[in-house]
Amino acid sequence: MIDEGLRSELSKQGVFTTTVGELYNWGRKNSIWPLNFGLACCAIEMIAASMARFDISRFGSEVFRPSPRQADLMIVAGTVTKKMAPQVVRLYNQMPEPKYVIAMGACAISGGPFKQGYNVLKGIDRYLPVDVHIPGCPPRPEALLHALITLQEKIAGQKLTGPERAPHLQEEAPSEYPIPDYGAYDLDPPKNPDVWQPPVLARKD
Amino acid sequence: MPADGHPYLFLALFAGAAVVFCLSLLGLARLWAMLVSPAKPGPTKNAPYECSLASQGDAWVQFRSAYYLYAIIFLVFDVETVFLLPFAVAFTHLSVGAFVAMMVFLLLLVEGLVWAWRKGALAWH
Ligand code: SF4
Repeated sequence: MIDEGLRSELSKQGVFTTTVGELYNWGRKNSIWPLNFGLACCAIEMIAASMARFDISRFGSEVFRPSPRQADLMIVAGTVTKKMAPQVVRLYNQMPEPKYVIAMGACAISGGPFKQGYNVLKGIDRYLPVDVHIPGCPPRPEALLHALITLQEKIAGQKLTGPERAPHLQEEAPSEYPIPDYGAYDLDPPKNPDVWQPPVLARKD
Repeated sequence: MPADGHPYLFLALFAGAAVVFCLSLLGLARLWAMLVSPAKPGPTKNAPYECSLASQGDAWVQFRSAYYLYAIIFLVFDVETVFLLPFAVAFTHLSVGAFVAMMVFLLLLVEGLVWAWRKGALAWH
């Protein structure tokens, strides 16, 4: 391992040094292919982000894949109804490793304006490990681009080896999450406790 | 290429290089999977359908056998098109004999169609 000082000294002399892990992450973070699906109004902003004006292709993510087999990133753009939630989880399960999730908009992160609705899931993070949350109703395309850059930074920081390495490199880390069933009143189970725990409210006396 | 070499030697070399190239890439991918990135198959991941709804029913559906008549009559038009296009291209240079032969051929095909029509093959039962 080469230390940082020598490295910057070398780069001043015009010698570029890198590691396999950095090269690997550099390739991955600049070619994040999203899965091509939208659930509600937020998807319109996602579509706008992929068009010429906001031009998501500047970040290497314009290749929206219609098949989960070819996608790296799931952008949950819109309201996740309880009817749709099992399908979203199944699509996530079918994506190959490494895979990431961006929850876009108030609905996808918490149920948003429909939070009181009996048929709306209060955030996709109850079933899936979300990497980046974007607030807003709807978030502007710039916000999606910002989330993408945040995700790129996260990918760039992932380790290739060691106990801290990225989850997709760990044998024991799950690649599939349980798909909820339609229960009598709610999804069954209503959340995946391995992924999401309700916040504990502590009242100050 | 040496002048005394077999003229197809380069083809053999090329094929060999192509095979080695492909195999080495596959081997590298396998090595990468073994060393760093373990494969993680699963029941949903390996499921054949990608529309995210589980498939229902059987893929071995049956079609009505009446469709075979349409398939046969389609052949009339198919063969006709194959020959009509060269016929149209060469039309101005054709001799009278070739023209008559073509017309007889067309007549035969049309006759087949008329026969099938008279037999009621174009009506849906
Ligand atoms: S957050 Fe707002 S814009 Fe986005 S899907 Fe929900 S209601 Fe629509």
